[in-house]
Amino acid sequence: MNKIRVWAIILIISGAFIGYFTYSTEYGQTLGNFPFKFGLDLSGGTHLVYQANVSNIPAKDIDSSMQALRDTIERRVNIFGVSEPIVQVEKGSLNGVTLHELIVELPGVTDLNKAIAQIGSTPILEFRLEKLEAKNLEITSTSNITLDQIYQPSVITGKDLARADVAFDPTTSAPQVSLTFNAEGAAKFADVTKNNIGKALAIILDGSPISTPVIRDQITDGKAVINGNFTPQQAQELVRNLNYGALPVPIELIGSQSIGASLGSDALKASMAAGIMSFIIIAIFLILWYRLPGLIAVIALAVYTVLNLAIFKLIPVTLTSAGLAGFILSIGMAVDANILIFERMKEEMRRGHGQEMAMKEGFHRAWLSIRDSNLSSIITALILYYFATSSLIKGFALVFLIGVLTSMFTAITVSRTLLFAISPKVGKRFSRFMFSNGFSSGYTLEDKNTSKK
Amino acid sequence: MFVIKYRKIFYAFSVILFAVSFYGIFTYGLKLGIDFNGGVIVDMNYTTAPDTTKINPALEKLNIGDYSLRASGTNDVILRTKNLTDAERNDVIAALSLGGETPTVKTFDAVGPILGAELQKKSMYSVAMVLLAIVLFITFAFRHVSKPVSSWKYGIVAVVALFHDVLIPIGFFAFLGHFYGIEVDSLFVTAVLVVLGFSVHDTIVVFDRTRENLKLNETAKPKKDFEQIVGDSVSQTFIRSINTSLTVLIALLVLYFTGPATTKDFSLALLVGIVAGTYSSIFIGSPLLVTLEKIRKNK
Repeated sequence: MNKIRVWAIILIISGAFIGYFTYSTEYGQTLGNFPFKFGLDLSGGTHLVYQANVSNIPAKDIDSSMQALRDTIERRVNIFGVSEPIVQVEKGSLNGVTLHELIVELPGVTDLNKAIAQIGSTPILEFRLEKLEAKNLEITSTSNITLDQIYQPSVITGKDLARADVAFDPTTSAPQVSLTFNAEGAAKFADVTKNNIGKALAIILDGSPISTPVIRDQITDGKAVINGNFTPQQAQELVRNLNYGALPVPIELIGSQSIGASLGSDALKASMAAGIMSFIIIAIFLILWYRLPGLIAVIALAVYTVLNLAIFKLIPVTLTSAGLAGFILSIGMAVDANILIFERMKEEMRRGHGQEMAMKEGFHRAWLSIRDSNLSSIITALILYYFATSSLIKGFALVFLIGVLTSMFTAITVSRTLLFAISPKVGKRFSRFMFSNGFSSGYTLEDKNTSKK
Repeated sequence: MFVIKYRKIFYAFSVILFAVSFYGIFTYGLKLGIDFNGGVIVDMNYTTAPDTTKINPALEKLNIGDYSLRASGTNDVILRTKNLTDAERNDVIAALSLGGETPTVKTFDAVGPILGAELQKKSMYSVAMVLLAIVLFITFAFRHVSKPVSSWKYGIVAVVALFHDVLIPIGFFAFLGHFYGIEVDSLFVTAVLVVLGFSVHDTIVVFDRTRENLKLNETAKPKKDFEQIVGDSVSQTFIRSINTSLTVLIALLVLYFTGPATTKDFSLALLVGIVAGTYSSIFIGSPLLVTLEKIRKNK
């Protein structure tokens, strides 16, 4: 019994500690270097504009290439699904010429160079065919031949790549990068290799040819290998960058600005006020209906809240007004596990068990319910996270997952420990009242009979 | 208990809600906002920094639907709206002049959607996968209670309840879109996903009680029939279901009335969805089990 009481005190102190950490690492407070990251609607950020060079893409493919570019950059900027960027294709016109641009808005990013570096390190992969005339060009070390003079673009672009892997040459053990094209790309590759036997197909990365194999045969399996004199690290880094997404279209940064929040600080204040108010009302409801266990639930909820907020800080998860709303919602849902346990306890007490027995039975039987219902929520969140490609859904899935896991954790550890720690001696009238809930007074029919004796 | 006894009434009520929602969705459709359709982005330059608090109410009055206004750099303003007609464009520039002097338009470009057709399709695939995974999970978790209703049927019933919970807010917003012009944005998608997660959670708690009572019934004398067991399970979990939904609804109501303007529609969608979810878990999910068992018995 005392061991449990010690644990209870440890838990409460840890909770308070985490709460202090969450509060004091905001800007302007004592340890202010770990602030919350807020989304574009709540805080400002950076607005970047990239010009896309579509001169090598046939007109009918421009829109789909721009979409692929948008998706690739968003993936790049939002690796864990928590940054909530806005990435949009923009079509403008200047003097009658249509410009294709990409807008990237990053919330809370103050280090512009880091953001640009991350986007910029997305490799541009091109496949070009040797021009017939180029065979006769004399290349000396002083001549300034441009890429375009030697090579013409082929129909294969970086967006046809399905994945890249590190491979090792079977004879020399030199690191290579093996490329696998997607279905459409494999078909194009087969075509190009069939019609251009004897010519060189240059694989160009970021503007420089890294490999120029001569086509000997038609290749129908959609696989190609780049031998570029890589070190193992270079091969791995290239594979990683290619898999995040080779850019289908070359881009150039033409503008950057810092932008203010679209909703201003009022929205943040309103969200926080709503959060605090709902917490208070829920707490009042819990204490009124469930009395003493309700108070335990409120403490568990408080620990849940600060734990969640601390996790949001550490990952860091970008909080938008929707994310905050989802979090407020999850506070309501976190109560559920506690309610399940208390209702069970009430039932057990109605059957005549004492408080301690009722608590143990309550936990034991409620656990299956809690486990299965939370498991299904976890499965939902995981599937949404892995299969959804839009950052909006990914972000939601992650916040939901964190919320469910944390609520399971606090229900099992905090609620349980605190409840057992305060479990009183059996039978005292006041404690029965404090432990029962709703409108009952904690008495069962059998009590009335025994007390008469 | 009364939920099971009068289940035909509850079915009828749900069917009516279903039909009305279907009607709304197919005749009016959802009014899709700029997150889905794309729109325009306007960059305006002023000589001195404009006061966005004056511009915002003027823009609201114009009724151009969803928009986002943001200060940019020192003296610029970036505005995103849906595609504007010429008349609307002039109105917008007039509204933007309220913050200071008439701004010069630096750029006025068409902008693509954030959740374009491709992403929408992929998102629907992932939701379909979630539904499939739920059926499989429930089939597995309830494998020990395959009599009298086989465990995969529990999964199917859960998914039917899910459809119900998701369709009703969508239908509701179809009507709102048609009569009040309320647009649906990517926040709405998030709300629907939340309802999905919550509904499953809720339904499983009720089923779990049925599962436990079925197990207890194997050794009980006299044995109760399935309808009785399900009825008992529902009445035992009734208070818990109401209380959980109550806490969530409290949080949502507070959010709706005091939270920021952007999340008002979001909280409304959630309110409708979670009320529908609680209703379906109690009044549709379990009674459907009884109906399935009766169908099986009559075969």
